Amino acid sequence: MIKLTTPISEEVIRNLKVGDICAITGIIVTARDAGHKLMVEERPGFLDEYLNGGVIYHCGPVVKKEGEKWSFVAAGPTTSAREEPYQAKVIESYTVRGVIGKGGMGEKTLEACKNYGAVYFHAVGGCGTLLAKSVIEVITVFKLEEFGAPEAFWVCKAVDFPVIVTMDSHGKSIHADVKKASNEVYTKIMTELSAK
Amino acid sequence: MQNDLTAQVFELIRSASVDLSPDVEKALIAARDKETEGSTERGTFDVILQNNKMARDNNTPICQDTGTLIFYIDIPRKTDTMPIEEAIKEAARQATKNFLLRPNAVDPITQKNTKNNVGEKAPYIHFEQWDKDYFRYKLMLKGGGSENVGTQYTLPNTPLNAGRDINGIKKCVVDAVFQAQGKGCSPGIIGIGIGGDRCVSYLTSKEQFFRKFGERSPDPVLAEMEIDLYNTLNKLGIGPMGFGGKTTVLEVFAAKACRHPASFFVSISYMCWACRRKTMIIKNGEVQYD
Ligand code: SF4
Repeated sequence: MIKLTTPISEEVIRNLKVGDICAITGIIVTARDAGHKLMVEERPGFLDEYLNGGVIYHCGPVVKKEGEKWSFVAAGPTTSAREEPYQAKVIESYTVRGVIGKGGMGEKTLEACKNYGAVYFHAVGGCGTLLAKSVIEVITVFKLEEFGAPEAFWVCKAVDFPVIVTMDSHGKSIHADVKKASNEVYTKIMTELSAK
Repeated sequence: MQNDLTAQVFELIRSASVDLSPDVEKALIAARDKETEGSTERGTFDVILQNNKMARDNNTPICQDTGTLIFYIDIPRKTDTMPIEEAIKEAARQATKNFLLRPNAVDPITQKNTKNNVGEKAPYIHFEQWDKDYFRYKLMLKGGGSENVGTQYTLPNTPLNAGRDINGIKKCVVDAVFQAQGKGCSPGIIGIGIGGDRCVSYLTSKEQFFRKFGERSPDPVLAEMEIDLYNTLNKLGIGPMGFGGKTTVLEVFAAKACRHPASFFVSISYMCWACRRKTMIIKNGEVQYD
């Protein structure tokens, strides 16, 4: 288990390899489709202080407000593939060091991880309750009214948030490997079904 | 009366959101035990099982995507359905307020979230009259990530070289599960609707998720296809979360509907491992949850 604290330096990120199990402590910012579109099209400045050397989390949490205080009730990852058109640009323009999500991302993001020094962290999808427990405090939220709770930017403090590196800054991707292996099996099955 | 029903439906929603049915939980445990000690795959199942226990104990949603609410309700003849609809809407509002549901109903034109899971065709409620004198409510919480990978094929299908036969159907299913990799949270449960028009085909595929794990189709040909596909799909090696491993699907359910001579649809619905569906029976004022 590798402990990471945000902001994360490029050197620390470059030392991570696929398969590494990590626990992240510090600030993470949730962003989904609307958020990524905005970051690319308008590049708002209010995220800089949280994202420089920081971590983006693809997540639309179930949130709760008691008095003035927000907290996360359930907060697992959402499918990252939807952000593929935006992610590389976001990593570059905000100097993001880590992206947490599920399902992995494509070539463009892998390239960006290599070029700018970032990794993709996989959280276990569907584990909303368990992951929400690692988020100890909501610091602030942006675009809540406009985007709604699932799509807003939630800036929060995490302690030992459990993830596994599935795309590193050396061009390795577990997702690409599994895809390649399963593609071979797929081709074999389809051929067998044609022959029968 | 109305308040009672709202409270009963609320409980149905609550238990669907925070707890998996025993058959699903059992399948996840079996899948974990198949993976080697110390592997990422086994560790992933451990995290899933730990999460489910925490959700049950803390009364919080298993997954933050509490999905789309889909109700299938069997009612005695001549039942007035309006009060039932109202009770369901009110229960959905309350469950959202109590953090058991995330506000998941968005107007597709204004992009405004209704903030309480109630709106145009939300929750989705399907009534069916039956010959019995009691009520059966079936509820499914259908996650968005897994819904997005559902797909429909028409046979014959040239890219897949698939014809209008069993092997053609199987090719569609193998292709759909292969394409879903990395999207819905695997391992998945696969619902297959064969035939029908486009709507009936999709509906049939989705209704299968109400079946209990291990319950085979009454049609022997379909039953054999379910078992066959289960074994074949698990050879793909996609595994939990796409990390690789022995379990890519937990169950395969198939059903058919008559088709038009000109059409042949094969629809595949994908349910993620967080297969949240529960049943409530109201008989002589007594309520039973399953
Ligand atoms: S696919 Fe299912 S388990 Fe995964 S995030 Fe969506 S609803 Fe949750």
